[in-house]
Amino acid sequence: MTLSLHSVTRQIGDDLHLNNVTLTLERGTLNVLLGPTLSGKTTLMRVMAGLDAPDHGHIAVDGRDVTGTSVGKRNVAMVYQQFINYPTLSVYENIASPLRVAGVARDEIDRRVNDAAKLLRLTSMLDRTPLQLSGGQQQRTAIARALVKRADLVLMDEPLANLDYKLREELREELPRIFQSSGAIFVYATTEPSEALLLGGNTASLWQGRVTQFGPTPAVYRQPKDLITAQVFSDPPLNLLAGLKQGNRFTLSHGAELPLYDDLARLPDGPMTLAFRAHHMSLKAPVSTSMSMQVVVGGSEISGSESFVHVALGSTKFVLLEQGVHRLDEGTQLDVHVAADYLFAFDSAGHLLRAPVNAGQGGVL
Amino acid sequence: MKSSRIVLGLYTLFLMLPIYWLVNMSLKTNAEITGPLTLFPQQLTLQNYVKIFTDSSWYMGYVNAVLYVLINTIISIVLALPAAYAFSRYRFVGDKHLFFWLLSNRMAPAAVFALPFFNLYQAVGLFDTVWAVALAHCLFNVPLAVWILEGFISGVPREIDETASIDGYSFPRFFGKIFIPLIANGIGVAAFFCFMFSWVELLLARTLTATNAKPISAIMTRTVSAAGMDWGLLAAAGVLTIIPGAVVIWFVRNYIAKGFALGRV
Repeated sequence: MTLSLHSVTRQIGDDLHLNNVTLTLERGTLNVLLGPTLSGKTTLMRVMAGLDAPDHGHIAVDGRDVTGTSVGKRNVAMVYQQFINYPTLSVYENIASPLRVAGVARDEIDRRVNDAAKLLRLTSMLDRTPLQLSGGQQQRTAIARALVKRADLVLMDEPLANLDYKLREELREELPRIFQSSGAIFVYATTEPSEALLLGGNTASLWQGRVTQFGPTPAVYRQPKDLITAQVFSDPPLNLLAGLKQGNRFTLSHGAELPLYDDLARLPDGPMTLAFRAHHMSLKAPVSTSMSMQVVVGGSEISGSESFVHVALGSTKFVLLEQGVHRLDEGTQLDVHVAADYLFAFDSAGHLLRAPVNAGQGGVL
Repeated sequence: MKSSRIVLGLYTLFLMLPIYWLVNMSLKTNAEITGPLTLFPQQLTLQNYVKIFTDSSWYMGYVNAVLYVLINTIISIVLALPAAYAFSRYRFVGDKHLFFWLLSNRMAPAAVFALPFFNLYQAVGLFDTVWAVALAHCLFNVPLAVWILEGFISGVPREIDETASIDGYSFPRFFGKIFIPLIANGIGVAAFFCFMFSWVELLLARTLTATNAKPISAIMTRTVSAAGMDWGLLAAAGVLTIIPGAVVIWFVRNYIAKGFALGRV
């Protein structure tokens, strides 16, 4: 089936939760909704499921309008961020519940529940009740219930957000495998860019109720249409340099000048924002053409074998991610470098002028 | 440590004393009760209890009371469940005011309603039936049950309701199979309070009954005969009256703690 949303808008009070969302999701695809908290991910999922009705616009399944169809008649499944199960029923009955309602034969239910339990490694827990399980097992129960139904549309609203790190990694690896074994449309909401990249499929980036871009995940990551999409799809936050480009010189708002080379220099003159990701800024000078800046260290955080260094160029602050342990004192002056290949350039309206070189082929990123 | 035990002991003694005195009196003869003070029965007698269990004008008092209390509890819970669900789950115009108004019904003394109920039930032929008392007690028990149940229902995540409708449950099926078991504790607490308030209420129960449906508490207030007060008999009736409450509280003691924790009791 194909799910399409046409100019869907939802407003609660004065807050526009969804702003003119148009999106088409194809059968058998995995779609990630990526956006910060309050960007409208949950609202969009609830509208897709039919739990909430849009104020404007309509929703169609295979071209048939389902805007007013109640959720029970839509063959959807949903997994929430909180672990939602029926606490009074056993894990087996929890998973079997949608099949029992649908009136599936007893031995068929048994077979499908056992298959789902095996897939999510719940076989030994079928007799327990959800509250006797760990958080990860509870969420796996909820996922099993969503899968056993063989819904056309499976919605997962940050399903791993409340799990501890190890379980999250584990389920994250399992999920794409589970997705592949069904032909449904999967929609997966997350706030984490790394999760979107790991899951692959398509990504829709959301910002203040708008879908800023929708396309294959690597494409959205490498060639964001605009600055907002690039910012949504960047963690740690994208580093920005706002200034005026004139020929091969880039003048920052506080007066510092940086040289531009090659294709960057050939972009039209005018106000421009250069941007780069934290891991593309380095303490070491790269071999390729690079942009160097003298900055002041604001502090450093060591996370295992990686270091986040906070630096400032005048009033502009950057985060730099470097492999290895780099303990730098506050106030230290040093040179940092960004390879010119890794720079994004956006015009004053935020449209993409230039994506990192080779972005289309992958490789450098 | 030791002093706190003494204080606790004294307090318990203070609480138990009237109950002991009641049991003590119920096992004495009238002559002994009206005679000099005795700490325990000198002439132990079960005659008072025998009288209650053999005389229908006495034991029917218990039957009537238990009947209207049960009817009232059932009506209150059945009406309060959907109301509490609506108050918890939906927003509608004036919902908060309505919710508070329901509760304010409990603030009016029962005496206010005794006269209108008396006249109304006489007119419709309900006077002197257990139904009259059961319905009258709904006046304060339905709001109470709504108030308690709303707290328990709001403790159940709304997503469970949604998951059920996504799974394809019809509303009645969801309510019966998933939701009621989830709030069983709350139903237990609400039922207990309905039972208790209905059981101890005297004024409406006495006003709305004459002979056929007279509850035990009303009978107890009318036992002044030509021969004077029958103290022993009254005490025995009192002992039998506190037993149902004690039994019910034993069964729901764990739920009550939960109800208190939710701040709704």
